[in-house]
Amino acid sequence: MADVVLKNVRKSFGRVHVIHGVDLAIEDGEFIVFVGPSGCGKSTLLRLIAGLEDITSGDLFIGGERVNDLAPAKRGIAMVFQSYALYPHMNVYDNMAFGLEMAKSSKAQIDAKVRKAARMLQIEALLDRKPRQLSGGQRQRVAIGRAIVRDPKVFLFDEPLSNLDAALRVQTRIEIAKLHTDTRATMIYVTHDQVEAMTLADRIVVLNAGRIEQVGTPLELYHRPANLFVAGFIGSPQMNFIPCTVARTGKDGVQAQLPDGGTVTVPVSSEGVRAGEAVTLGIRPDHVQLKGQGVLTGRIELVEELGENHLLYVNMGRERHLTVREPGDARHEAGQEVGLSLDGGFCHLFRESGEALPPLPGSRGPAPTSPDLNSTAA
Amino acid sequence: MSGAALQASAPARETMRGGRSALTRSRVRAAWIFIAPTLIVLALIAGWPLARTIWFSFTDASLNNLGDYEFIGFENYVANFDGEWFGLLTDPDWWRSAWNTVWFTLVSVSIETVLGIVVALILNAAFPGRGLMRAIILIPWAIPTIVSAKMWNWMLHDQFGVINDMLLRLGLIAAPITWTASPDTALWTVVMVDVWKTTPFMALLILAALQMLPGDIYEAAKVDGVHPVKVFFRVTLPLIKPALIVAVIFRALDALRVFDLIYVLTANSRDTMSMSVYARQQLVDFQEVGLGSAASTLIFLIIALLVVVTLVAGQVRMSGEAR
Ligand SMILES: Nc1ncnc2c1ncn2[C@@H]1O[C@H](COP(=O)(O)OP(=O)(O)OP(=O)(O)O)[C@@H](O)[C@H]1O
Ligand SMILES: [Mg+2]
Repeated sequence: MADVVLKNVRKSFGRVHVIHGVDLAIEDGEFIVFVGPSGCGKSTLLRLIAGLEDITSGDLFIGGERVNDLAPAKRGIAMVFQSYALYPHMNVYDNMAFGLEMAKSSKAQIDAKVRKAARMLQIEALLDRKPRQLSGGQRQRVAIGRAIVRDPKVFLFDEPLSNLDAALRVQTRIEIAKLHTDTRATMIYVTHDQVEAMTLADRIVVLNAGRIEQVGTPLELYHRPANLFVAGFIGSPQMNFIPCTVARTGKDGVQAQLPDGGTVTVPVSSEGVRAGEAVTLGIRPDHVQLKGQGVLTGRIELVEELGENHLLYVNMGRERHLTVREPGDARHEAGQEVGLSLDGGFCHLFRESGEALPPLPGSRGPAPTSPDLNSTAA
Repeated sequence: MSGAALQASAPARETMRGGRSALTRSRVRAAWIFIAPTLIVLALIAGWPLARTIWFSFTDASLNNLGDYEFIGFENYVANFDGEWFGLLTDPDWWRSAWNTVWFTLVSVSIETVLGIVVALILNAAFPGRGLMRAIILIPWAIPTIVSAKMWNWMLHDQFGVINDMLLRLGLIAAPITWTASPDTALWTVVMVDVWKTTPFMALLILAALQMLPGDIYEAAKVDGVHPVKVFFRVTLPLIKPALIVAVIFRALDALRVFDLIYVLTANSRDTMSMSVYARQQLVDFQEVGLGSAASTLIFLIIALLVVVTLVAGQVRMSGEAR
């Protein structure tokens, strides 16, 4: 088994710098998910680990060994490509067995491995088919099967589920989670999908423009985003951001002055924060409450019914918008004026640099039940 | 079944008559309209001369009096007069030229295929100046055969040729070689010049096939640690096979009716005479239009047969082998 350690890893294609010094320690058996906007370098980072691209500078260790100059096949990894990358002229069996033929295993050993993987992925009935005779989900499973038979120390997945429909995605996601529990191999997984990231990951790595923004467990990232970028990236619909100024700082946190005059006291460390400083207040759509008289008022522009809950898009004037998520069916219509109140315990404050003010100890956790800290100023 | 259902199905049955819907019929009609001009042109420029050649092969026509001939059946091919066999099929020169042609085709197309693959693989790799190389390599193919054959003729000249001169200076040979005249070297010389000229064409066709291959499977093979040579034989070659077979058929067809190269390099030498050169000799030099036509007809039959065999053996499905 193997841990994966990246030390100041950089990558440039000619004059284009794509990865700007990534430091990351992935523990043995950990499930790590890379997320980030398109073009931020997720695939490139994965391909650097796989050895499909050369590392420009920095060090990569797998299982304690520096592997910068090792061929992909010698790194003990297996990769599942977004495009499946199956050999189109070989049947499913040969697709899985082809890579093993080199590894000096006997025919019987190869056969046993392939059949075991096929059973695990429920593709035994498909072993004689060519890739083009398979559905997308089946191809995906073959691609995963091809990785499994290699018994890798590290699995690399590049958006493996992006070509599947919603139902198949959930099913395959569960299969991958099961694979992780069964094999206890280290897994590195690239995805665009928030749900995949949140459900699969032991830890999520948020990348932006070739840099790591934050590394943490899914709930850590959700509840304590380190900066504006992570706050905006994790969670769907996106966190609401409201520009504010600091009205007062104290032991109980920082009091933020909302643009319309109201204030919210957010239980975050006020160290180094000056009154009058510009900050951004962030609150997730789930935590905005509709109240007859809140700190904010606005007009509902659009209602989106999602079944178990619904979204309200509220226009607060001057090009500022707020998204609210409420459970059940909507009781409001577009055009209605509503008051909104913000629970300080659920709010985040970001300084101008984008960095989040750290929450006071015990103030924000996975399921906070903090008292209503709202104060409504006239 | 109710009466209403019966009535409803009646029009459906109407359109199904003859197994075709009105839409299919109109599509078939449109298809015929579109291919009709091609068929007509083909009939005029290929069908008519072919038919005439086949007709002449059954006559005793002669070049100095083409209007006056008689139908003589298979006598041009094979005939028996007073216990002696005559005709094309009994002429050792014909069989010799047929064998020369087949040998030339097999050897030159094989070499061109192998070299073409090698050149295509090189041109497919990323290296600086690749675009220029791709253009340069086409030059031999772009020169008209007559010109390049004449050029090689001079270079291979036994007394003044640059090739003999170089080999002599290098000490590789003791005396000049009569490349195109000696029976030992003549056919090989023809093959060499043909390879020089035609390899670029093969390489280009194969390069096009290589560029259609998905890149991701090569990365997968790399991660799996499959040796590049094995990747070539187990992945690349099977995937370019359909294109390769088409290229080989193209080349083989060309080679089977080879004329200009051999005629310019070795004239009517028996050692290198191809079927086309033989047919020309009968037609023009000996004025035997009937016999020449019979030879031409046989060439046509042999080529047609070989194409059918190749297509069946290679199981080229011209459509739908896509991923
Ligand atoms: N071979 C290359 N040459 C030059 N630039 C490249 C190359 N490969 C990737 N890049 C650049 O590197 C950046 C990161 O690409 P990468 O494919 O890693 O993004 P990504 O995060 O995987 O995006 P996506 O989510 O869309 O897959 C992009 O800006 C891309 O243009
Ligand atoms: Mg990518």
